Amino acid sequence: MEDKSNDLLEEVTGGEYKYGFYTDIEMDQAPKGLTEDTIRFISARKNEPEFMLDIRLKAFRHWKTLKEPRWAQVEYPPIDYQDIIYYSAPRKKEQLQSLEEVDPELLKTFEKLGIPLEEQKMLAGVAVDAVMDSESVATTFRSSLAEKGIIFCSFSEAIREHPELVQKYMGTVVPYTDNFFAALNTAVFSDGSFVYIPKGVRSPMELSTYFRINAANTGQFERTLIVAEEGSYVSYMEGCTAPIRDENQLHAAIVEIIAHKDAEVKYSTVQNWWPGDKDGKGGIYNFVTKRGICEGENSKISWTQVETGSAITWKYPSLILRGNNSTGEFYSVAVTNNHQQADTGTKMIHLGKNTRSTIISKGISAGHSNNSYRGLVKTTRKAENARNFSQCDSLLLGDKCGAHTFPYIEVGNRSSIVEHEATTSKISEDQLFYCLQRGIDMESAIGLIVNGYAKEVLSKLPMEFAVEAQKLLSISLEGSVG
Amino acid sequence: MLHIKDLSVSINGKTILKGFNLDVKPGEVHAIMGPNGTGKSTLAAVIAGREMFDVDHGEISYRGQDLLEMAPEIRAREGIFLGFQYPVEIPGVSMANFMRTALNEKRKYLGLEPLSGAEFLKLMEEKKNLVEIHSKLTNRSVNEGFSGGEKKKNEIFQMAMLEPKLAILDETDSGLDIDALKVVANGVNKLRSSENATIVITHYQRLLDYIVPDFVHVLFDGRIVKSGGKELALELESKGYEWIKKEANGVAAN
Ligand SMILES: Nc1ncnc2c1ncn2[C@@H]1O[C@H](COP(=O)(O)OP(=O)(O)O)[C@@H](O)[C@H]1O
Ligand SMILES: [Mg+2]
Repeated sequence: MEDKSNDLLEEVTGGEYKYGFYTDIEMDQAPKGLTEDTIRFISARKNEPEFMLDIRLKAFRHWKTLKEPRWAQVEYPPIDYQDIIYYSAPRKKEQLQSLEEVDPELLKTFEKLGIPLEEQKMLAGVAVDAVMDSESVATTFRSSLAEKGIIFCSFSEAIREHPELVQKYMGTVVPYTDNFFAALNTAVFSDGSFVYIPKGVRSPMELSTYFRINAANTGQFERTLIVAEEGSYVSYMEGCTAPIRDENQLHAAIVEIIAHKDAEVKYSTVQNWWPGDKDGKGGIYNFVTKRGICEGENSKISWTQVETGSAITWKYPSLILRGNNSTGEFYSVAVTNNHQQADTGTKMIHLGKNTRSTIISKGISAGHSNNSYRGLVKTTRKAENARNFSQCDSLLLGDKCGAHTFPYIEVGNRSSIVEHEATTSKISEDQLFYCLQRGIDMESAIGLIVNGYAKEVLSKLPMEFAVEAQKLLSISLEGSVG
Repeated sequence: MLHIKDLSVSINGKTILKGFNLDVKPGEVHAIMGPNGTGKSTLAAVIAGREMFDVDHGEISYRGQDLLEMAPEIRAREGIFLGFQYPVEIPGVSMANFMRTALNEKRKYLGLEPLSGAEFLKLMEEKKNLVEIHSKLTNRSVNEGFSGGEKKKNEIFQMAMLEPKLAILDETDSGLDIDALKVVANGVNKLRSSENATIVITHYQRLLDYIVPDFVHVLFDGRIVKSGGKELALELESKGYEWIKKEANGVAAN
C-alpha cells in the first residue's frame, strides 16, 4: 500500500486534465438496414483498400448464418437489425452559445464529476474558445509519440497508413467467427483506435486523455487494436466518466490486444453509457468483445474496468496466456442500479507453462438491477504449473436487486492450481449509522462504503481516472437507498 | 444544553426507557451508570438519532432545538458526538478519508470552506498526538483489524477531530487496560471546556477516577433511580448494583 497521505495530497492538488483533440467529420449516411450493399457503401465511403472490404463481406456472410446469443442473464426486446443505420456521420449537434443553454441536469453531473469548465463545454456541445481548439495540442502530442515510433491513430487512419500492420493483426485475437456481435462488428465497424508500440519502447505517457472527448462521439461499432512488440510497455485508457447519451441503442465493440515477448499492456476503461431512465427506458445495449493475447514469453496484460452505465452490458474481457510465464490480470467493478442488467466477467485461458492469472471482480447492485459475474478459468494440458486466483465479491444495496456468480473452471493439467473465492455482502445499517453519526449524509455514506469496497480495483486505475471513477460510483448509486 | 423530559423508548414493542429525565448544562460531565441491559446504549442511540428505536413519549431539546425533529447527520453537525460501544468496521475506507469527509461535511453545514489536504493532515497529526495513537492507524481502513483498545482510542481521536459540543461516550472504558484508560481519559479531559458537555456511560467506577464527573446517575430498568455527586460512584462500587435494585424496588413498592 502506498502512503495514503500522499494520495490525499495528490487528490487535492493533482489530477489536472490534459486536453486532447476532437475531430468532427462531416459525413453522410447509409440507408437503413444491412445488406452487402450497405457494407460496400461503408467501405467505399472510408476509401478502404480491397482487403478490408473482403474481411467485412466475409464477416457479414458469416453473421447471416448466426443467431443472436440469448444465454446471458439479461432480458431485452428483440433487436431489429434491419432497422439500424449502420453508417452515419456523428450527428453534428447544434452548437450552443453558452453553458447556460445546456440541460441543468447534465451540468450537475459534470460538476459532481469535477470536469473542468472548458471541457464541460466541449462535452455539452458548446462552442469553445480558440485556445481550446486543440489541434495543436494533438499535433505536439502525436509528434512526441512518433519520435519513439509509437503509432497512435484512428482505426481508419491505420487502415490507410499502416495496412500491413492492420492486415497482420486484425482479427487474430477476435476473429469474426468468434460470436454474433464480433461478426457484426467486423462487417460494419465504423472506426476506433489503433496503437502500435515498437520493440523495446515504453510509451512515455498514458495513451488516453483525449479519449474522453472523442468518446462522446464514439461510433456504434468501434474497434480497438493494440499491438505491443517485444519488451515494450503501454498503458492505455479509454472511456468516459461523463454520461454518454447516444441515439444508437445498440453498441457492439471489439478490442484486440497483442503482447509479444516481455511486453506489458495495461488497459483501463471507465464506461458510463446512458443507462436509461429510472424505469430502464432508452438505455444503451452494450455488447462488447474484448480479448487480449499474451503471445510471447513473460508478457503481461491487465484489464481494469469500471462499468456503471448501459441498460444492458454484456462484456467479458478475456485473456489468452499463450507465452510461457505470461501473466493476466482482470480487475473489475460493475455497478448496476434501477433496472440495469449486467452480465460481465472474464475468461482466462492458460495455454503456456507457468502462466499466472488474477481475477478480482466487484459487483455492486442496487435498485431493481441484476448483476451477474461469469468467469471461465481454463488450463490446458500443456499449461504446467498454471495458477489462477479469482475473487468475486457482490455487494447488495436493498433487497430488490440481484447478484449472481457463475464460475466455470476447466482444469486440464494436474499441476495447475485454480482458486476461487466468492462473497456476497450488504451494506450494514450499523455502518451507515456510524457514518451518519459523524455528520456524513446517507448518499455520501453509501459512496464512501462502496468506494471502499471497490478500492482494490480502483487503485489499479491511473490516478486521474481513479478520482473520477470514485465520484462516478457515488453518483451512479444516488437515490438507491431511501 | 440538553433537556430530556419524560422519555419513553421502545424497540419492537418492548419498552426500554420509561419516563427518563436528564438535564445537562454546558461545562458539565455526567456519568450514567447501571447494570447491563438497562438501556444506557439505547439512550445514547436515541440522542444520536438511530431510527430503529421508537420514541413513544417525551421530549428532547438540544441547544433550544427539538432534537427529535433533526436527522442524525444534522445532530452530528450540530455538535453531538457518540463514541460507540462497538465501533463498526468499514473496509477499504481509510480513517483519514473518513474523517476528512466528516469534517468537511460539517464545515459545509456551518458555512465554512473545506480544509485543504495540507491543513487537514496537520490537524490530524495534532489530534493523533492528543490520544497517542500510532500514526499508521489513520492510514488503515476504519476500525478494520483494530484491537479493542485501538478502536476506543480511535473514537476519542474522532471526537477530538470533530470538536463536539456534546459528547456521549458509551462504555469507552470497557476492554481497556489501565494505560489505555489513562490515555482515553486524558484525551477527554483535554477537550473539556466550559462550553462543552460530556455524558460518560460506564458500568465501572474505574474510569471516573480519571474523568471526574460533576454528576453521577444510576440507570435501572429504564429510568434514573438515583443521582448524586462523584461519591455516588464510589458508593455504588462498594455496595454493588444489588443495593440499587433493592432501593429501586423499594421505590416501586411505595
Ligand atoms: N436492536 C435491538 N433489538 C431488540 N432489543 C434490543 C436491541 N437493542 C437493545 N435491545 C434491548 O434493550 C435493552 C437495553 O439495551 P442497551 O441499551 O444496550 O443496554 P445497556 O447499554 O444498558 O447494556 C436490552 O434488554 C436489550 O436486549
Ligand atoms: Mg451498552
